[in-house]
Amino acid sequence: MENVKLTIDNKEVEVPKGTTIYKAAKKLDIDIPVLCYMNLEDIGIENKPGGCRVCVVEVEGRNNLAPSCATEVTEGMVVKTHTMRVINARRTVVEFILSDHPKDCLTCKKSGNCELQDLAIKLGIREIPGQEYAEMSTYKTDYSPSIVRELDKCIMCRRCEAMCNEFQTVGALNAFNRGFEAAVAPAFEMDLQYSPCTYCGQCVAVCPTAALTEVDHSRDLIDAISDPSKTVIAQTAPAVRAALGEEFGNEPGTLVTGKMVTALRRLGFDYVFDTDFAADLTIMEEGAELLDRLTKYLNGDKEVRMPMLTSCCPAWVRFIEHHFPEMKDIPSSARSPQQMFGSIAKTYFADKIEKKREDVVVVSVMPCLAKKYESQRDEFKVDGNPDVDFSLTTRELAHLIKEANFDLNNLPDEDFDRPMGESTGAGVIFGTTGGVIEAATRTAYEVHTGKELPKISFDELRGFEGIRKATVDFEGQEINIGIAHGLGNARKLLEEIKAGKSEFHAIEIMACPGGCIGGGGQPSHHNNTAILKARQNAIYEEDKNKKLRKSHENPEIKKLYEEFLGKPMSEKAHELLHTKYFDISRKIEIS
Amino acid sequence: MSRIKVKIKENDLNKIREICKEHDNQPGELINVLQRTQEHFGYLPAEVQEAVANELGVSVAKVYGVVTFYSFFTMIPQGRYPISICTGTACYVRGADNVLQEFKRQLGIEVGETSEDGKFSLNCLRCVGACGLAPVVLVGDKTYGRVSPDGVKDILKEYQEKENSDE
Repeated sequence: MENVKLTIDNKEVEVPKGTTIYKAAKKLDIDIPVLCYMNLEDIGIENKPGGCRVCVVEVEGRNNLAPSCATEVTEGMVVKTHTMRVINARRTVVEFILSDHPKDCLTCKKSGNCELQDLAIKLGIREIPGQEYAEMSTYKTDYSPSIVRELDKCIMCRRCEAMCNEFQTVGALNAFNRGFEAAVAPAFEMDLQYSPCTYCGQCVAVCPTAALTEVDHSRDLIDAISDPSKTVIAQTAPAVRAALGEEFGNEPGTLVTGKMVTALRRLGFDYVFDTDFAADLTIMEEGAELLDRLTKYLNGDKEVRMPMLTSCCPAWVRFIEHHFPEMKDIPSSARSPQQMFGSIAKTYFADKIEKKREDVVVVSVMPCLAKKYESQRDEFKVDGNPDVDFSLTTRELAHLIKEANFDLNNLPDEDFDRPMGESTGAGVIFGTTGGVIEAATRTAYEVHTGKELPKISFDELRGFEGIRKATVDFEGQEINIGIAHGLGNARKLLEEIKAGKSEFHAIEIMACPGGCIGGGGQPSHHNNTAILKARQNAIYEEDKNKKLRKSHENPEIKKLYEEFLGKPMSEKAHELLHTKYFDISRKIEIS
Repeated sequence: MSRIKVKIKENDLNKIREICKEHDNQPGELINVLQRTQEHFGYLPAEVQEAVANELGVSVAKVYGVVTFYSFFTMIPQGRYPISICTGTACYVRGADNVLQEFKRQLGIEVGETSEDGKFSLNCLRCVGACGLAPVVLVGDKTYGRVSPDGVKDILKEYQEKENSDE
């Protein structure tokens, strides 16, 4: 490729033609401040509308300042990134943005974690000239089951649009109006809950301000713990332990499983359990369903639909219900681990501790925003009482730990309670893309062949590419497996199935980049996808260190089937652990 | 959970399909399609945007984004006598704003709205190229020059009478 030589801040650099000034500067370790710009390299999403003008630089021979994120380098270009003219322009731009931004930083949800606030601090802005004359745009705040939209705080960076439309192909959000009136919203500014939003939360994950945040359930948790008549149970998803540490200054990829358990116990939970237990249970059910469908299919049964798709990810479930309703009977009927956990906790476990289901409060800690919505779905309630009362994100848990004044890093390591804290490595890897299908393969292989796996890890199912394919040999029977993370990638596999061109027997789909480790409820990845990879490695590390690594070997799961459920796909299992899906697409009707 | 239903008349849906088809149902033709659709319906109500989105395979949010971005598109049915007040530089300095305020006062509507009886709608535009006549007001295709706030009453009266004599 042709290279271009240029000078930035008196330093020479050579970069491929087509490179932007911003990236060329980065090569010289010159970090030009940005606001609307976002580059999620490993998932191929680059947002550079050139709209905010924070990244402007001076280019010799050019009259106006150039937005470095969107200006390509040319041969012999001379760039200056911090002249007085540049600094003044940057300042003015941020002052203008702040003049139309609420000044409630002290109590704002994103305080301390806001890119606009960081920029104001960096530029030393202490007053906003002309604020007394400045008009403020106002919009109504929209509360959906998972996401809060506070458009007064929208700065029109349009990162959320890039995630919603380009990466997820969901199309819930788009910019509307122009100039001062402009903001990002669903069609006709309808509430998010009526839009095709899947609650994946990737818009929240990239929002630089508090325009898009999660629905906060921390106070509900404090109320529940304060109520002596309630038995409060925690379940923690696998991806949480691989990211929570980041909120306490740890390197990305630091596992804090034991410290997290201690923190939860000290917060006042009566039982600290693990969603991984329910992940093992999911494998028992989903694995049995896969083998059942596969056997029927291979025996020529035309009724059975292949491939089977995983169903653990609630954003993915809502995506198929919205966008591909004609395929809603393809995903496994197995409920997600969160919901299986709630269902078992409020029946089997509640009986064991002799409590009524109304007196048991199940709280999940999830890397996810869609889990908040999932826990509220009607089919997961019994007489109005939800199996999972509410769901907190990794971020909300971190805030609670800080509020309680626990020094997470210096807490001792404790273990989960039994029985629902027992889990295998298979349950752990649910937290990353490829993990659910690897866990299912470990169990399906042994159940199908009756033989022990020669090697537990399936390296061919691992990785970070958006769509991956692998063939696993089940003793002469080849099983074709597909994996997609990101709903845009999922869409491609679904279109193949729709066209009858799919070669797969089973497909795993997760909505977020990297799977749950990149969920919308995780600590900020600061637009650096290397952090997601570090979390992924941590998940595989935890799996490797587990004594048991196959779901069907989990002794508490075996006991659960012996004492309560019978066998996988039994009538009781169907009632408590399976579900069905609905057509919620928009329908144009003749009136 | 249930589906969200969008109701539309069969004739209207067929017309939208026809327009979209003439543009090969290409998502890139969205603006042209909307222009043709507005030409036919006079405005772009929500159900029409839903149908266009469906035909072209783009999100409704995107269609709405385009409709609200361009001032040419409107989601409000226009009055039988659409009033446009030029607020370009020349008209503005010669008092277009006072004229606009008077129209708003007499009609009881804001810019972008249509009177309840459906007779008048009020809009602003930028320069019709008749700066010598500033301030300029258009009603339908007819141009009025050197309009003062006092003249607003007469313009409105002209169309009230026209409507009465048509009846």
